[in-house]
Amino acid sequence: MLQVSGLFCERGDRQLLNGLGFTLEPGKLLHVRGANGAGKTSLLRIVAGLLLPTAGEVCWRGKPVKQQREEYHGELLYLGHLDGVKGDLSSIENLRIDNELLGANADEATLVAALEKIGLRGFEDIFAKQLSQGQHRRVGLCRLLMSQAKLWVLDEPFNALDVKAVKLLASLIEAHLERGGMTLLTTHQDVPLSGARVSEITLGQTGRR
Amino acid sequence: MNINWFKYASPASFYPLAGKMIPWFAIPAGILAFIGLVMGLFVLPPDFKQGESYRIIFIHVPAAWMSMVIYLAMAFWAIVGMVWNSRLSAMMAIALAPTGAMFCFLALWTGALWGKPTWGTYWVWDARLTTQLILLFMYLGYMALHAAIEDPRRAARASGLLAIVGAFNVPIIYFSVQWWNTLHQGASITPNKSEMAASMASVMLIMAVAAWLYAIAVALKRVRCEILDRERHASWVAELVTKTGQVHG
Amino acid sequence: MTVIFRTILVRELTLGLRRKADMLMTLFFCVIVASMFPLAVGPETELLRTMGPGIIWVAALLASLLSLERLFGGDYADGTLEQMVISSHPLAMIVFAKVVAHWLLAGLPLVLISPLLALQYGLDGDEGLILVATLLIGTPILSLLGAVGAALTLGLRGGGVLISLLVLPLFVPVLIFGSAAVDDAAAGLSIEGHFSLLGAMLIAALILTPWAIASALRISIE
Repeated sequence: MLQVSGLFCERGDRQLLNGLGFTLEPGKLLHVRGANGAGKTSLLRIVAGLLLPTAGEVCWRGKPVKQQREEYHGELLYLGHLDGVKGDLSSIENLRIDNELLGANADEATLVAALEKIGLRGFEDIFAKQLSQGQHRRVGLCRLLMSQAKLWVLDEPFNALDVKAVKLLASLIEAHLERGGMTLLTTHQDVPLSGARVSEITLGQTGRR
Repeated sequence: MNINWFKYASPASFYPLAGKMIPWFAIPAGILAFIGLVMGLFVLPPDFKQGESYRIIFIHVPAAWMSMVIYLAMAFWAIVGMVWNSRLSAMMAIALAPTGAMFCFLALWTGALWGKPTWGTYWVWDARLTTQLILLFMYLGYMALHAAIEDPRRAARASGLLAIVGAFNVPIIYFSVQWWNTLHQGASITPNKSEMAASMASVMLIMAVAAWLYAIAVALKRVRCEILDRERHASWVAELVTKTGQVHG
Repeated sequence: MTVIFRTILVRELTLGLRRKADMLMTLFFCVIVASMFPLAVGPETELLRTMGPGIIWVAALLASLLSLERLFGGDYADGTLEQMVISSHPLAMIVFAKVVAHWLLAGLPLVLISPLLALQYGLDGDEGLILVATLLIGTPILSLLGAVGAALTLGLRGGGVLISLLVLPLFVPVLIFGSAAVDDAAAGLSIEGHFSLLGAMLIAALILTPWAIASALRISIE
């Protein structure tokens, strides 16, 4: 279970989060809404442990993540604006390294299967820099197929994807929730998911204090 | 016991405290510096070997001491800031840097002026002067890094880490330069401590205390500016401005 | 832990070898800088012999600065660094692997080319060998300390110049002992002390800097 409490965050002169708190239960998805600049990305980066909040705490399984950074990161999967895909490495080489970084312990066959499922069959040995933007992004999304993480933190995951890929991604998220996983995501598109598991929060444009 | 300390660790309550403390350091600093300078420059007799030129050590030596001490103080506050995640200590580290760099420069400058009559040249690669020069580079690097980062929190944390890494290196640098110097030049001229008269030592002490007090006063003043800048959106700053009358005109 | 070290090391070496031009540029820079000095100060053999070790050391130092910006810059830009920071493995181990790879690609070639530079300065026989040995111990220290500067200046405008400002003062001890060892060997003095000190600095850097680099990256990635 993920618990976020009393989160404050300021970037430059702007106060983004003002004592934000929420709880995310297993099998649930939280859709973070808000206008541009409302602090959606900052919130996700704080939860991922990439950004230090001005005040407040993120707890995982009832313990602050600061005190269990490596254990927490072992159960976390974060996809940001950047795909995290190395252009000078081929698709499969990228996956091998992700596999290691995620601690997913997937074998080679699983990696190839992941590429096939995401629609990149035949592109295994192509340098990622030669792929189209959508394909590039899909290489990054393969992490969702490999990882055994409990918590997915996804920042605009549907960007630059075609209709088919959006469907696939939605089904992946659904299956993840089915397994008792948790998802925290931002998207300006409607989440193509069944309503029962989905809750929403909207970050207000508070601007200056 | 601890509660008091943590209360003053918040910028809002430290700001007025620092304001009250400044005169307690600034005024004695001025008085002591005046006494020290009058004693050192006019009252004490000329040195029998170096003549009048030795008098510059009353500025040079305290400045050199302070430049070292302030770097270590910066690293200390940076460590406190990192361990307890306290914004005020990070601000203290930043507020100290310009004063440290100033003392460092002063030590180099007076060292060069002393070198001309003593060694016959403005610059020699003397161990202490060289260390001082490298220390100045480290101060400049610290301030350059802080200035290059826009986000104030990242700036404070990054330059704090640099100060800590630098502080680990200062003794190594000092030792290596010392060793390099003896290797290449033989021992450089060192003021012989046993020869230093008690009157000289006491003037030096007065000047050193004055430098300490000055450094603290200036750092407090600068930390107040830093607090106002960083907390400009906080409500207590707004209250302060309306209470004291238009600070910004 | 060792698996992640190996994975990252192989990744970095693969990437480095796919961009050989970067590696060769650093090497040529070192050679060119070292070749400029005789043109500037004149070709007198004795003068060059005295100045040689120092000049080669300074050239190696400047060359190793050049490649530092790339150490984390590329990974920062494409988001792979983020993934490393939030992986379940110790970040210090990951950055250590990156620095080792950086040294193999940028530092080791400098060491290997240094006998050639030594010849330019008339440092033959033992002195040339000692120069190579000091560079072999010294350049990893430069890579480790330089990585701290690279991590602190990540993503900043004018990062390259700033790195030099930050790390050059820290390189002073390595420079002093590295070049002095060659001088003293030429003068027939014992050089054991130099090597023990360089070795001690290397060990201290190996133990302490990975943590500093990791903390610096966490600060900079925000």
